[in-house]
Formats: sequence, structure tokens, C-alpha cells
Amino acid sequence: MRHVDEYRDPEAVRAVADRIRETVTRPWTLMEVCGGQTHSILKFGLDELLPAGLSLVHGPGCPVCVTPLEMIDRAVAIASRPDVIFCSFGDMLRVPGSHTDLLKVKAGGGDVRIVYSPLDALRLARENPGRKVVFFAVGFETTAPANAMAVSRAAKEGLENFSVLVAHVLVPPALEALLSSEDVRIQGLLAPGHVCAVTGYRDYEPVAERHGVPIVVTGFEPLDLLEGALAAVTQLESGQARVENRYPRAVVREGNPAALRMIDDVFVVSDRSWRGVGEIPRSGYTLAPKYSRLDAAEVFDVGGIEVNEPEECQSGLVLQGRLRPSECPEFGTRCTPEHPLGATMVSTEGACAAYFHYGRARQDGSSARAEGTG
Amino acid sequence: MCLAVPGKVIQIDGDGELRMGRVDFSGVQRQACLAYVPEVQVGDYVLVHVGFAISRIDEEAAHETLAALKEMGELAELGPPPDTSATPAAGGSESS
Repeated sequence: MRHVDEYRDPEAVRAVADRIRETVTRPWTLMEVCGGQTHSILKFGLDELLPAGLSLVHGPGCPVCVTPLEMIDRAVAIASRPDVIFCSFGDMLRVPGSHTDLLKVKAGGGDVRIVYSPLDALRLARENPGRKVVFFAVGFETTAPANAMAVSRAAKEGLENFSVLVAHVLVPPALEALLSSEDVRIQGLLAPGHVCAVTGYRDYEPVAERHGVPIVVTGFEPLDLLEGALAAVTQLESGQARVENRYPRAVVREGNPAALRMIDDVFVVSDRSWRGVGEIPRSGYTLAPKYSRLDAAEVFDVGGIEVNEPEECQSGLVLQGRLRPSECPEFGTRCTPEHPLGATMVSTEGACAAYFHYGRARQDGSSARAEGTG
Repeated sequence: MCLAVPGKVIQIDGDGELRMGRVDFSGVQRQACLAYVPEVQVGDYVLVHVGFAISRIDEEAAHETLAALKEMGELAELGPPPDTSATPAAGGSESS
């Protein structure tokens, strides 16, 4: 596939890995922010190509993982109503709520449908005027333009049976929170390339300056990721801390102006709770007041929601790069993709799922993955 | 969830918010909303995320990136051979 295969060339991968090895003179810790990047790193074994002193820790960039439990429970309550067609990206269905998940609601007769795009949910609303169609609008800035377009079109078409349950989160405030913690051990960041394709990277510049960390806008293919790591350690070794764009084929500093205009029209920035992490000021989107009629949280009164987070799940520490999945005592034993304790073991972007699927050993040396599977 | 796949635009219909297009992903074709990439023409590559093109692939920037990588590889070939005992299997880069 063009614009993919070129960035997976084994010889070039080896050359960049060699260059990283030549550049690094002391230990450094980088965080790749996006869960998609985490999966690429583990899938292609890039972590094993890096010199021993260079650690990659995995960041909070998994929207499914950070969607608060209260929101999952709310989704479950809405999806359980007989008058509702509840639409979601597939990843959300198996995320454990306090008592159940959306897949079990579906198995129990609830009309829960997996959609590829929010426009599919919009089409379902047009085709089913007698039903209430709710779309679970989850995601980072990458997904916001798509979800915003669905809201805008529904409003323009006067679709009265369509609404969205919004759980949008934003990357820069989360990075700010991570880097502001007292025992921060992240020295450089690989910023999420597809988030930046939408937003650009101006918002990352004050973060790099304030915390003295290089931030490298990085893509998702093996060469993209190694190039990002090389740029970050090159800056670290020479005492620099600036934002650098290593994904210029997809990202410009200003982002995508048409997408940003749509986001500005539909959403307002709000405080947001991140599952496992806590509340982060101004770290999410909520529907702008003029679209409140389309807010499923207001349309459906599901009563008070009392959340019950399983104590044994340490996904909060994993999402902050403080604990490797393989260091968790439940990893691969009580917690597996078939029986997940938390969202990081469910999502295709969750770090725990990546460690499990790509056979990273538990801390005690045993393999988490059953022989012959995966 | 931030997965975005590059594909080639092979047909464009409509305009403004309703600008849609057919995008080819190595033989698999899908409809995508092109409202956010008004500059895109048939033949351009775009990054598609949940049915929306979020960015046009800048061919010149891609070419420059690959040229720099090629140069890095050639320089590596000229230098001393890497210590292969410390290098994990090159299978790190599978092409799935």
C-alpha cells in the first residue's frame, strides 16, 4: 500500500535504529502518546531494536480506555431502552462498566450496533424515524471533526430522533497534567500524528517550553516511529526542548482549518474526567449550547449513576506511563482480552492488550499469552 | 481509535459539507467525506479516519522524508558494520 509499505522497509528500519544507537550516550525515557503508536511499536518489535538505555513508556492516548466509567454506565443505561438504537465504534462494546458492558446489553436484546463512521449512525436515524438513534461520540481530536459533522448535519436536516453521547478528550491538557506531576519521568514525547493532522501542533509549543521536553510529532509506521525517537533523543542529547514535526506528509503546524472550524462550531472545551487518571481541567469537548437538543445525556433521563470501579485494575497507572502492563500482577492471569478487568486490556489501542497480543513477557519472565494463540 | 489509512481519491461528488468521494485503499474502495480537504483532487492521496479524510498526503514532504531515510541507510552502509550480536531479529519490520 502506497504511503505505508515504504515506511516498513527492514533495511531502513535497521539504519535508523543504528543511528539512534549511535546518538544515545545516556539513559532517556520517551513516551509515545497514542495507543495506535504503542501497538505499532510492539507489533513490529521496535522496542527491541532500541538501545538498552532508551525506554519507551506508553501514554494515555486510548480514548476507549480513558472514557470515564460513569459515561460507560450511562451508555449502557441508554442502550438498554427499547426505543433506542445505540451506535458505537466497535472498541467500546466490551469495555467493562460498573455492572455490565454494551456487548452484554446487545446479547440481552438491546439494539446496539457497531458503526464504521458517525455518518452511518446518521443514516440509521433517517431510515428509522420511529426509533431514537444515539451515537457514542468518543475520541480524541482526530475523531472530533467526524463527530462534529454528524451533529451539524443532524441539526441542519432537523433529525429529531438523533442524539450523541459525547465523551471527547483532548491531548495537550493531558500532557500538561502528566508533565506537571511531581515524580514525572518522561523526558521526551512522541506526539500523536493523526491528532496533529487535525489540530496542528501550535498547542504543543508552550508545553515543550514550560516543561523543557522535546515533543516530536510522529506517525504510526515503523520508520515514522523510529524517526520520531531519533529526533527526540537528538534534541535531548544536545539539550534542546522544542516541537519538531517528523510527520510532515500528513501534518502542518496550523492543522486542518476546515475541520477546526467545524469543531469550533459544534463543541466547546470543558473539564473532563479521565478513567483511571481523574479530572483534568479543560481536557474535553461538550456540545455547544446551540446543539444541546442533540445531547443524549440531556435527552435521556437515566437517573443517578453510581459507579463501581474494580479495585484490582491498575489501568490508571498504565495510562500515565507509571506501570508497564507486564508489571501488573493481574496481567495475563486474571486479566486477559477474553476477561478484561479494565479498558486497557480491551481496546485495540490499549497498552495491556498490545502487550498481551504481541507476547510481551510478564515481569516474572513467564509468557502472558497461552502457547499457540494469537 | 486514531487509526487513519492512506488511500487514493478516485472520484469526487458534491461540494461543501456534502463533498464526498470514492477512495481506493489498495483495491478496496470506500466512500469518504472530503469536506475537510477542499483542495484535494482526483489522484491525490488522503488519510481517512472513520469515513472522513482528515489530511491530504503531501507528496513532496513524503518524498523528502524517504530521501533523507535513504541517505541515512546509505551512510550506514559506508560506516562500520553494526554489532549484530546486540541487534534483535530484523523481523521487527514485518509487512502485514
